[in-house]
Amino acid sequence: MAVRLMRSPTLAWRKMASLAAFRRSLCPTSPLFPAPACGNHGSLLRPLRHLGSGEAAGEGVLQVDNRCSDQVLDFPGGKVMFVPEMRFLPGSPNERINCYRVLDVNGQTISGSRFQEVSKEVAIKMYSDMVTLQVMDTIFYEAQRQGRISFYLTSIGEEAINVASAAALTMDDVVFPQYREPGVLLWRGFTLQEFANQCFGNMLDYGKGRQMPIHYGSSRLNYFTVSSPIATQIPHAVGAAYSLKMDGKNACTITYFGDGGTSEGDFHAALNFAAVMESPVIFFCRNNGWAISTPTAEQFRSDGAVVRGQAYGIHSIRVDGNDALAVYSAVHAAREMAVHDCRPVLVEALTYRVGHHSTSDDSTKYRSIDEIEHWKIARDPVSRFRKWVEGNGWWSEAAEVEHRSSTRKELLQAIQAAERAEKPPLSELFTDVYDRVPSNLREQEKSLRETIKKHPKDYPSDVPV
Amino acid sequence: MATAMALRVIRRKASIAARGFSSSCEAEKAAKPINLFSAINQALHIALDTDPRAYVFGEDVRFGGVFRCTTGLADRFGRSRVFNTPLCEQGIAGFAIGLAAMGNRAIAEIQFADYIYPAFDQLVNEAAKFRYRSGNEFNCGGLTIRTPYGAVGHGGHYHSQSPESFFCHVPGLKVVIPRSPQQAKGLLLSCIRDPNPSIFFEPKWLYRLAVEEVPEHDYMLPLSEAEVIRQGSDITLVGWGAQLSVLEQACVEAAKEGISCELIDLRTLIPWDKETVEASVRKTGKLLVSHEAPVTGGFGAEISASIAESCFLRLEAPIARICGLDTPFPLVYEQFYMPTKNKILDAIKATVNY
Repeated sequence: MAVRLMRSPTLAWRKMASLAAFRRSLCPTSPLFPAPACGNHGSLLRPLRHLGSGEAAGEGVLQVDNRCSDQVLDFPGGKVMFVPEMRFLPGSPNERINCYRVLDVNGQTISGSRFQEVSKEVAIKMYSDMVTLQVMDTIFYEAQRQGRISFYLTSIGEEAINVASAAALTMDDVVFPQYREPGVLLWRGFTLQEFANQCFGNMLDYGKGRQMPIHYGSSRLNYFTVSSPIATQIPHAVGAAYSLKMDGKNACTITYFGDGGTSEGDFHAALNFAAVMESPVIFFCRNNGWAISTPTAEQFRSDGAVVRGQAYGIHSIRVDGNDALAVYSAVHAAREMAVHDCRPVLVEALTYRVGHHSTSDDSTKYRSIDEIEHWKIARDPVSRFRKWVEGNGWWSEAAEVEHRSSTRKELLQAIQAAERAEKPPLSELFTDVYDRVPSNLREQEKSLRETIKKHPKDYPSDVPV
Repeated sequence: MATAMALRVIRRKASIAARGFSSSCEAEKAAKPINLFSAINQALHIALDTDPRAYVFGEDVRFGGVFRCTTGLADRFGRSRVFNTPLCEQGIAGFAIGLAAMGNRAIAEIQFADYIYPAFDQLVNEAAKFRYRSGNEFNCGGLTIRTPYGAVGHGGHYHSQSPESFFCHVPGLKVVIPRSPQQAKGLLLSCIRDPNPSIFFEPKWLYRLAVEEVPEHDYMLPLSEAEVIRQGSDITLVGWGAQLSVLEQACVEAAKEGISCELIDLRTLIPWDKETVEASVRKTGKLLVSHEAPVTGGFGAEISASIAESCFLRLEAPIARICGLDTPFPLVYEQFYMPTKNKILDAIKATVNY
């Protein structure tokens, strides 16, 4: 972006790009790459001939071409081969990038699949947290519909992504979430009461009632506070990962975002920075098909996010986001690569946002109910994982009933308690803007308090003054 | 003062003028005359030396930066603490916030303030709200953005802007602008060590042209404290950064005509030191504010409104604002656009004789 007043290296590049320099470079004189015995330096300027692809090796026409095929340009980033053939890279390859999967829709491991072993204890916690997340979504959604909280946003359909990715990390790994990953926080030990306190914005909410519901955060659990702007957290994860690397920590950062988020500049900036800075960060893209009402076909023309990781020089994998074992295994491997090789890794999980974008959205206005139902029933990640866990003899219908019922009871109690708790006091309106309250805010607080005394009915009665 | 603080400011279209800014910081130890970029460079050396968790980075920073402010840092502190970034301002800001949020001093350079806008969202929506939105669970107080701002004689639209007022509308940020090498060093070290995200605008015209004795030791100057650098009784002049030298020239000229000007360097724009400006206006009864940024919506408007509120009965004339014009920063018209000495002098006379 910057045009420089001062001498700029870009000038040198411009020079290099000039035709004269380009011609010279066709037969470099570098001792590393001695000029081949090739008399024709001007091949690019000749009338173009149609040459066959590499597969046609052995055909007569290629023998002409081979004379120059060992021409190499020693260019920053590595050797570049010269070819006389003018060939554009296709915008999209013939075949899309494959998707790693371990469990089939019946919860059976696919024969030959390689995956990270999950212990009984971890598997049960994974499954029960997925169920807890479902119960949370159902009840908080209802609470919003009843007008008890102002807003909510479900993770339905993405339970495996939430919980399995969290399970593959350690508590020292630092999370930079978007907003559809409360299951990560749940896995780490955020209690139902803590979730409820945030949604009700009471005095126990760590965010002191300043943000809308679902903007959770916890320094205790290494989970940075959610902010509403899309993709802004992605470059933070890169800078934080660089810190972990410099401190020699055996940890990485992980940042979550959706398919829509990959259109933001912050996504591209972050991937490029991470590759260049060799930051141990996992970029986790939840490609759920929809950015509010915008389908991926109107979001990008690339083959999803996975190819963009590769374009930035980042190891990348596409994974079935509704397969908890695949997500767990991919993130486990990504973490190993990030921490031990000090490099970023991108994971693109294919999934579906079964719920509406939020309680302010009705997604049946822009997508078919059939589509939603198909993903909800035929591709439900929770029931798929349940089949596998049950198949191992680690879960039962009785356990299911007990867990759903006790979670429901606990959450209803948490909601009642959160609702009864006082709102944060007025003084907290002015704290935390800076580390200390500056004089202009002290004046404004004083003035506001005088106004409140004069017009107490203008203000909510549940905020202690 | 214990030490003569000789500040030379040479402006392209102005005659060479010796400026004698008084200073609040007495040099206790050795002080050498150095220019402003060298003072910044000293501050960065000290910041990196005194805190192993401090980092300096930005476009072209490793070789010393296009204005030479980061010279020698990579050699001394290594390429993992002093490094180039890709050419992407939103990435620089975002990366810096993440680094600062982990308890580091992230000192990021935006090569020109004219190019800070891609980082605007990161600074306004992320850095500024990081502590507040988390209820102090997290903060990025270790963040300092350094960026050269202002006219330079030939910078045109995109190497001359003064975007400070955009950031003065953002609770949670601190905005600091030094007027001289000695001030630059002390204020920059304060920004770096302040537990709040700061934007430090460096007057690029003064990088080489302002020379002043700067103490070699590690020192800090207080944020949110304006400094009265010239006592006077007839009118109060308020400015910051490179504009201080123009205001100083106007003070000298006005004195020849018997007008006594009180000159205040605001130094920190938010949260700003209203008390010092108020006290001065209560004494003089008149106020002139001057900055290079366009007059409409500039920070001078905020100062004018605040002083009109608090000193209404004491004001003897309308508050004057001598600022940049409401045009994009123009190349060949730069001298016409600028709040020059004679524009200020005319306004001083008009205000005093109102």
